[in-house]
Amino acid sequence: MTDATLTKQSNQPARRPVPQAAATSTTSVGYLRHIVAIAKRSLIKMARTPEALIDVTLQPIIFLLLFTYIFGGAIGGSSADYLQFLLPGLLAQSIAQAGVSLGQNLNSDIEKGVFDRFRSLPIGRSVPLVGAVFADIGRYLILCVVTLGFGMIMGFRIETSPMAATAGIGISIAFALCFCWISVFVGMKVRTSGAVQGIMFLIVLPLSFASNTFVNPDTMPEWLQTFVKINPISQLVTTMRGLMIGGPVQESLMWTLVWMAILLIVFVPLALRAYRKRT
Amino acid sequence: MTNIIEAEGLKKRFGTTQALDGVDLAAREGTVLGVLGPNGAGKTTAVRILATLLQADAGRATIDGYDVVSDAGKVRRTIGLTGQYASVDEHLTGIQNLVLIGNLLNLSGRDAKARGLELLEWFGLADAAQRRAKTYSGGMRRRLDLAASLVGRPRVIFLDEPTTGLDPAKRQEMWDVLRQLVTDGSTVLLTTQYLEEADALADEVSVIDHGKVIAHDTPDGLKRKIGGQRIRVRPADRGRLADVHRILAEIGGNEPQASGRDELTVAVNGEDALAATVARLAADGIAVTELSLHLPSLDEVFMTLTGERAGTDGAAHTQTSDDQKEAAA
Repeated sequence: MTDATLTKQSNQPARRPVPQAAATSTTSVGYLRHIVAIAKRSLIKMARTPEALIDVTLQPIIFLLLFTYIFGGAIGGSSADYLQFLLPGLLAQSIAQAGVSLGQNLNSDIEKGVFDRFRSLPIGRSVPLVGAVFADIGRYLILCVVTLGFGMIMGFRIETSPMAATAGIGISIAFALCFCWISVFVGMKVRTSGAVQGIMFLIVLPLSFASNTFVNPDTMPEWLQTFVKINPISQLVTTMRGLMIGGPVQESLMWTLVWMAILLIVFVPLALRAYRKRT
Repeated sequence: MTNIIEAEGLKKRFGTTQALDGVDLAAREGTVLGVLGPNGAGKTTAVRILATLLQADAGRATIDGYDVVSDAGKVRRTIGLTGQYASVDEHLTGIQNLVLIGNLLNLSGRDAKARGLELLEWFGLADAAQRRAKTYSGGMRRRLDLAASLVGRPRVIFLDEPTTGLDPAKRQEMWDVLRQLVTDGSTVLLTTQYLEEADALADEVSVIDHGKVIAHDTPDGLKRKIGGQRIRVRPADRGRLADVHRILAEIGGNEPQASGRDELTVAVNGEDALAATVARLAADGIAVTELSLHLPSLDEVFMTLTGERAGTDGAAHTQTSDDQKEAAA
């Protein structure tokens, strides 16, 4: 019975005076500290709800198994060859997909009123969103470790160098940090977290499949090939393949970076605006 | 004395609903302003505007002289907000919830923890400090939520229906805490649908209905404004009710009402009416089990204030149905 009666004490006993909220919140140091505080909250939450990590743990494993052993022989000649082709691409498309839950979480935080408190505090308006985005790096790292680790157990081999592969992982995480702002924006716009998933599914699914992730696009109709070429996920996939199993990287890396910039320029302001307007 | 909370002509519209239709509110420093009204009266909207979460369509509001729109940052340094729904983070422990707020208010890790523990202790949550808020009871969540709004020692505290959904014992506990806040010098704006809550806590009450303030006064002043005092008599022998009725009618100059089983109440003017009643009852040899002079309850006040509105609505409605009947005939 911890729901005990209240101890009748003063609000201000303050034997050791605690300073009033200082006026540093507008400085960049204060801003960074606030982002760290919010990110920490998200990370604690993440650790306490492991079931919310299924999309970055079990899901990539299932995808690896299904695609490698069901389609591998038919598409890539042999399962082993197809795994080499598939894994960098799968990593790229799953990391883009991994941001979906971020928008869902932010949406339910707002619905529950948790954000009302944040918004009534003297902190930067963007802090709750930016903090949550940075905490998502944790999920992306887990995804990379699980996919690569399980892939290696299945027989995947890095054909370039550990350095290049690490660079690839770094780039894909950076890409995910930009891509997830779409999810944040949708999370701010729609009313329920279920709708976030529905809408994001409609965006992510075509981008995932109308790409070079699972198959070589050479047999696709021409108009679709054009889309595949423009598709930011294709550019990331090509970059990842280059850095993990070898191949030209320069052009696709450039386009990946261009896409990252576009995603940030478009969706960060949109998300912040939607957040401000949300009542 | 200047008002630390001041709002003038606040208007806010959501789609076709005029949530606020020109609301004025004011509270002096160190007092409790009760904003009383039924569900959907606009209380929460008013609080959200004052707490910088929402912008009004028209009107202006200041907290400690700072405009809630143009000086929102300074306002946020002054206020603490406890929303209608306990907005604690369920996955964090009690202390983690408070440390998070402390960190966002630029307290160092140590200071945030010290302040958090101090508040948990004060709210009787020290034993639950390391437990996730998910495991807390409704009353504990409310207290944690209130504690979270006090981390920065705000001078102005907004409490949006802080006891809605609490059982009477927990509500009483919450009231004790709120009284403590004011003795510590904070200004509190409290919204409530409970008339007894406003009566118990507020120095002044603004009654709000359909987005408008329909009355503002002290709880006692409000009662006085609505109607004079009342005398209630319950004779020991119910056979004497008719005599009591006659006596009260003479003293009050109006028709006494049955206010309970074998009990009559009459509105009177002036306190000497009580002495007169006692004298008349004694002269006629009527023994009583209850005899009291009281102000109308805030419930009665509210019914009178909003009842008039409801009355006119009702009249209009009857009119329509009469018209329909005529049309049908």
